[in-house]
Amino acid sequence: MLKLDGVSKVYRTGTFGGKLLRAVDNVSFDVADGEVLALIGESGSGKTTLGKMILRLAGIDGGTITFDGTDITTYRGRALKEYYRRVQGVFQDPFSSYNPIFKADRVFRLVREEFFPGMGGEAWADKVHAALHSVGLNPEHVLSKFPHQLSGGQLQRFLIARALLLDTRVLVADEIISMLDASTRIDVLNLLADLRDKGLSILFITHDLSLAYYISDRVVILQRGQVVEMGATERVFKNPLHNYTRMLLGCVPRIDAKWSNVQLPEIAGQPPDGAGEPAILIEAEGEHFVAAAG
Amino acid sequence: MSLQVDGLTVYYSTLRGDVQALEDATFTLDDGEIMGLAGESGCGKTTLGHSLVRLAPPMRHVAGRAVLNGEELPLADMDRMNAFRFEQVSIIPQYAMNALNPTRKIGRLTADLVEARHVNYKSILPELKRRLDLVKLPQDVLNMYPIELSGGMKQRMVMVISTLLNPALLVADEITSALDVASQKAVAAMLVEFRNQACCNSVMIITHDISILYQIADSILVMYAGQLAEKAPTTTIISAPRHPYTQMLISSLPEIGVKATEKRLAGIPGTPPLLLDPPKGCRFRERCPFAFDTCIEAPPFREVAPGHHVACWWEFEQHA
Amino acid sequence: MKRYELLYFALRNRKLQIGLAIIGLFLALAAVGPLMATNDPFAYINPLGPQAPSEKFWFGTTFFGQDVFAQFVRGLRATFLVGLLGGGLGTLIGLLVGFTAGYRGGVVDELLNMLTNIVLVIPTLAVLLIIAAYLQVRSVFTECLFIGLTAWPWVARAVRAQTFSLRTREFVDLARLTGMRPAKIIFTEIAPNMLSYLLLVFILQFGGAILIAATLDFIGLGPTNAVSLGLMMQYAVLWGALQFGMWWWFVPPGLAITAIVGALYSMNVGLDEVFNPKLREM
Repeated sequence: MLKLDGVSKVYRTGTFGGKLLRAVDNVSFDVADGEVLALIGESGSGKTTLGKMILRLAGIDGGTITFDGTDITTYRGRALKEYYRRVQGVFQDPFSSYNPIFKADRVFRLVREEFFPGMGGEAWADKVHAALHSVGLNPEHVLSKFPHQLSGGQLQRFLIARALLLDTRVLVADEIISMLDASTRIDVLNLLADLRDKGLSILFITHDLSLAYYISDRVVILQRGQVVEMGATERVFKNPLHNYTRMLLGCVPRIDAKWSNVQLPEIAGQPPDGAGEPAILIEAEGEHFVAAAG
Repeated sequence: MSLQVDGLTVYYSTLRGDVQALEDATFTLDDGEIMGLAGESGCGKTTLGHSLVRLAPPMRHVAGRAVLNGEELPLADMDRMNAFRFEQVSIIPQYAMNALNPTRKIGRLTADLVEARHVNYKSILPELKRRLDLVKLPQDVLNMYPIELSGGMKQRMVMVISTLLNPALLVADEITSALDVASQKAVAAMLVEFRNQACCNSVMIITHDISILYQIADSILVMYAGQLAEKAPTTTIISAPRHPYTQMLISSLPEIGVKATEKRLAGIPGTPPLLLDPPKGCRFRERCPFAFDTCIEAPPFREVAPGHHVACWWEFEQHA
Repeated sequence: MKRYELLYFALRNRKLQIGLAIIGLFLALAAVGPLMATNDPFAYINPLGPQAPSEKFWFGTTFFGQDVFAQFVRGLRATFLVGLLGGGLGTLIGLLVGFTAGYRGGVVDELLNMLTNIVLVIPTLAVLLIIAAYLQVRSVFTECLFIGLTAWPWVARAVRAQTFSLRTREFVDLARLTGMRPAKIIFTEIAPNMLSYLLLVFILQFGGAILIAATLDFIGLGPTNAVSLGLMMQYAVLWGALQFGMWWWFVPPGLAITAIVGALYSMNVGLDEVFNPKLREM
């Protein structure tokens, strides 16, 4: 299982690097086995940066990320490759994820070259077919095709199949359906739910609250690099405690209620609204955490 | 005001032939109506919206007409259309935030635009200031460069500029896609205010996000693969759609309150047809669970209930 | 479809056609010429000294009675060789530096940038003069080496910029997630996407190398034991071809260099139109 503890990423900005931009500020959460954790935030919240740090595509400036107990931020070379056997990612733009001059199944071939160099041709073909079937793709329709000959939905499933070729235990899904058409989104979402039922953990990064509600078990709400609220999905959505969460739920356009009719339960006292100052998470009730100004 | 579109057909000329992006669009837009133009990628909504304002190559006018307030719009003639643009029909383009020339001050930019329409900038300045107040932009924004404004502010500025001469028809192309939720809500509400305050008469909102339309649109026109599928008041589209595509589309949208563990939603199997050589007749028939032999002929866009148009043979059979 | 589309446009592009035709002509001449012109270019063959083109000597003879045509076709060979080796070396070094700087970024990028800028700023002429003072004998290969070692900064800059932009694409991230080493990623993912660009860069380097070589030869810093077009022009001017009207001595080499470099640039512009659809005239 994956655990983040006090993770930070700082960028230097300004003319001579004088100012500091805290893209990720002291973020802590964990992803248990077989659960979907939704990382919700708008642009600038740091959610994509967190995904990249977990995938070791970006450096970490503070805190630790541990997988099954060991700190992965120091992994290099072989250790990093072993990590990639267990933790994989799928990104937002299906057409940018493929090298446009090669066929789509080249991504499979690369996995074979790097991770299964000794495997025979037949065994590999079986493995590929099994992976494609488990994501609902027909091998005859998608193998030996160029990316522009496949649809966005097929390309994303292809990438999920690629992750399944390895022993992936955690899949980082960074806005993987936001560029797909509405009618294909739900199929990919259902696929993720099926994989979760089979034991895969998914870090579902999104800005779309209804998608998060549909598929996730727990949510982490991010604002400007900080965690402002965290807990079981239903509980956080039905009883949002932080001002930012309440704002999100009140502003997001829905098809079941008009903006003026969205009812949020009253909360006693002043709702916390930390922004910019370091906040600590306090447990409001049974695993439902809210950030309060330190 | 009223807009009547009759059989509008627009193709894109490409090396490999014509992409039949918009086929035989016939509908009306009433005075003060905010209509959402919804559909997935490739459905033709952008083609429809843009062809009413600026039908530029590689778009090619093939057939049909649009009549605005009794006067036919010279859609195919870019030069003659110039007289209508900005004053009768106007558009807020997608990525409007990037539509502002970064090297000019905003006031200067607006002055250039209105003077090109033979309107004296000074005479329109008080109205411009009133509109800025309406969208909650400070008046000294006219002295700023675009780079000094945030994304949401630029979006609102472009909205003001596009409606400055009170066009009868305003086309808004994905104006909320690139914004955060708070700005989205503000911009959407502003669009309604514009209509309420007669800054424009009717609005056509092009978007793929049906939930925004539920919030602010009076009616929704659903398109599929270049053809019109259904047009009805918003609540009807959401709660009682009649076209099979609309039904399947609406039921594939997750709302807050629906969890995968309780109820699995279903998508629409298959993919939209390529429009280089689209199938004859109803283009949805290959994915439609109710398709039968008549569907080989394109169904007409017929009124099946007051204000409710559908193009579907099966639907006509049901209520014959 | 895309490959055929490129070929379709390539074959129809006027600038590319003209450029290729001219280069082809000169290449053929360089390949076949020396086999036809059997005279030793250095031999003082014509006892009458300088003579205008005639049936015996197609391009006439020099002040010393050497066969200009024999010199010309061998000079063509040297010219193309310099273009290939000098331009090739420059491109190679530029690629290495550009890819590394563009992919690694950070400190490595800063250092390589500094190196690029230093080499760019070095006054090549001054360095050459110093080298010339030390080397009594210079061959065509030393000339190629020198050109290659001083012309790479332009390539490095261009390649670095392209690499930077490609590196942020998600398929590079995916390649990293597959555990691929940086060198493999650069050569199998990034470089293939830049092939059209690299071709254009190489053609520019080729033409540039020929021009630089001609300039160096003309001012007397060229190879000491070979014949090249620039050297022909140098001798022609030194031995009064301009005053005595021996146009057949300097016009052919000058025209050839102009035509070749011009054709190369024309090819470049044409190829740019082929690869970049927006520049095409439909």
